[in-house]
Amino acid sequence: MKKLTKCLSTVGIASILGLSSAASAATDLTMYYPVAVGGSLTKVVDGMVDKFEAENPDINVNAIYAGNYNDARVKALAALQSGSPAQLSVMFSIDIHALRNLEAIVAFDDLVSNDSEKKWLNSFYPALMENGKADGKTWGIPFQRSTIVMYYNKDMFRAAGLDPEKPPTTWEEFASMGKKLVKKDSNGAVQQWGAMIPSTGYPYWMFGALTKQNSEVLMNQEGTETYFDKPGVVAALEYWQDLGNKHGIMPKGMIEWGTLRQNFLDQKTAIMWHSTGNLTTVKNKASFDFGVAKLPGNKELGSPTGGGNFYIFKKSSAEEKKAAFKFVKFMTSSEQSAHWSKSTGYMGVGPGAYETETLKAYVKTFPPAAVARDQLTHATAELSTHEAGRVRKYLDDAIQAALTGQLSAKEALTDAQKQAKSILRRY
Amino acid sequence: MFSRFNLKAWLLLLPALSFLIAFTHWPTLKTIWRSFTWAKSDVAPSQFVGVENYQILVDDPIFWKVIENNFWYALGTVPTSIALAIIMALWVNSKIHCTSLLRLAFFTPTILPMITVANIWLFFYSPNIGLFNQLLGLVGIEGPNWLGDPDIALSSLMVMTVWKEAGFFMIFYLAALQTLSPDLFDAAKLEGASTWRIFRKITFPLLMPTTLFVLINAILNAFKLVDHLFILTKGGPNNESNLLLYYIYETAFSFLDSYYAATLTVVMLATLALIALVQIFVLDRRIHYR
Repeated sequence: MKKLTKCLSTVGIASILGLSSAASAATDLTMYYPVAVGGSLTKVVDGMVDKFEAENPDINVNAIYAGNYNDARVKALAALQSGSPAQLSVMFSIDIHALRNLEAIVAFDDLVSNDSEKKWLNSFYPALMENGKADGKTWGIPFQRSTIVMYYNKDMFRAAGLDPEKPPTTWEEFASMGKKLVKKDSNGAVQQWGAMIPSTGYPYWMFGALTKQNSEVLMNQEGTETYFDKPGVVAALEYWQDLGNKHGIMPKGMIEWGTLRQNFLDQKTAIMWHSTGNLTTVKNKASFDFGVAKLPGNKELGSPTGGGNFYIFKKSSAEEKKAAFKFVKFMTSSEQSAHWSKSTGYMGVGPGAYETETLKAYVKTFPPAAVARDQLTHATAELSTHEAGRVRKYLDDAIQAALTGQLSAKEALTDAQKQAKSILRRY
Repeated sequence: MFSRFNLKAWLLLLPALSFLIAFTHWPTLKTIWRSFTWAKSDVAPSQFVGVENYQILVDDPIFWKVIENNFWYALGTVPTSIALAIIMALWVNSKIHCTSLLRLAFFTPTILPMITVANIWLFFYSPNIGLFNQLLGLVGIEGPNWLGDPDIALSSLMVMTVWKEAGFFMIFYLAALQTLSPDLFDAAKLEGASTWRIFRKITFPLLMPTTLFVLINAILNAFKLVDHLFILTKGGPNNESNLLLYYIYETAFSFLDSYYAATLTVVMLATLALIALVQIFVLDRRIHYR
């Protein structure tokens, strides 16, 4: 079975060669990882794994691409339950409560043995650690992390008479500039939209940005309470509705997560809110001059962090845990994190990454690469609770019901809050 | 009972039987048992809770929504794809040029995996850059938001499903048509019967066994095939295009609630079994087999 998994894996010839030449004392690690935004991220991961194996000939890492965040969790948990070995995985940072409830993961604090490792554990941006901590311990190490940023088409800004170096910084500006960016044909049909905020895929994530900008949070740190029906939260959803209904800068109804990047690249919208994970792809494919900026704010600036953390599974030998720990440390080291950030657009996970020559030089020639980092000071945790899947769905459904006009923002969110409260009463 | 012949027969059946039991019947029984139990998490021991899960199900608005959706989905896709399949089969069975090319063209959607198809159609349906709305734009119509409008999201899924399925069913009809004796048609023509009359009185009745087979498969597929939901709508907006099997998937793998997922699965199994029974026992009697 193990052999079969190896053969089927996408890890490539390099690791198979490594496998056959390794000494019998070698430690085998299997890891699942997700890709949520497409692009050639698998190649980047494979390259980093190869480098690690070259430096550590006694450890073989079998990195398996496992679909989106949901798929990766399903596959990793299925592997654990079936008894086939997976020692670590990259999974959604917000899966932490579910994984702990399943007693599937170990805290990194328990694997740290010396001062240099302790220092490493404290080397990440605190905002990125929020979704990785619970009960005073660290369970997830940030790896492919992102925030939402605003991509905008500078050519369109110029054409509309706006300053391309001054993207909107407040909700009012966002709406008023958006109006100037909308272009209609003689029949009144919209040819070019002012902005698009995706409402499928991960609507709760986009909504996390709007609520933070309104100085609200969606849940407590323990993940036992949600605040969906607070007036500030309702107002945030009403603003989102207004962008389509009142201001007319965004299409009414749903905006698809999966095709939004193409909409932006095809110049159907002047602005899009999307994960920083798209940055490198947009950079490579945009045929126009584009900029990246922090999201606009209302009471304050804000965006949730997002993305995947490294987890180490409980069900593995001490030897394997040690090797897995070493691997995680390597993958999140400043050098590797900088390389990863440059290749993908995901952010460097600690200040160290931005002090490397790689990123220093890159940021100098391509300033958008630092926007996600600069936004971290305004960042909040991504929605993460117990029963995360259900709670997320309640909120997603409420957002979609409000945006499609089935319910008012208040009705939808009150409903979602009631449902979330009922399911969380056990915790 | 244990004559030599019987023993040999059982031995021959054994491989297939053990697979069937291990991968179909045993999991089914386990699922049914699981639907009567509950535990706080997958690592905690489960306890018997009677029909509590079913009470939750009755009170679950999303459950009723997906049942309703599945009903409309089956009603919208099954008759249409069967009718289209018959029309296409009759067409490619007639003596016109390039029939093999035409057959291939109709069959192509079937060859493609559902996930691939969905990824392509995702861009067809996209409101601003999509093929459909660009075509509509040419004639001056502002197309809808196919997958994002709660009123038409499910219909959009149906259209794609019909496109995908009709070609597959066509193959069965084509095979059946080619076994029909030409004598019957020659005789009918000699009597001066119209084309429509020939179809209604001869072709269609003779195709009934195929229709039953296709009907069962089409209805099963309406419940079983949800691959496209993962790509196209994820059941949204607000469950307007959610289907039972996708909801089971969400419950089991996103909510990590295998007990409620088992309960939903039992409902689905019961529904499918019931449909199959009705089809086999009621419709079968009214079908002419040679």
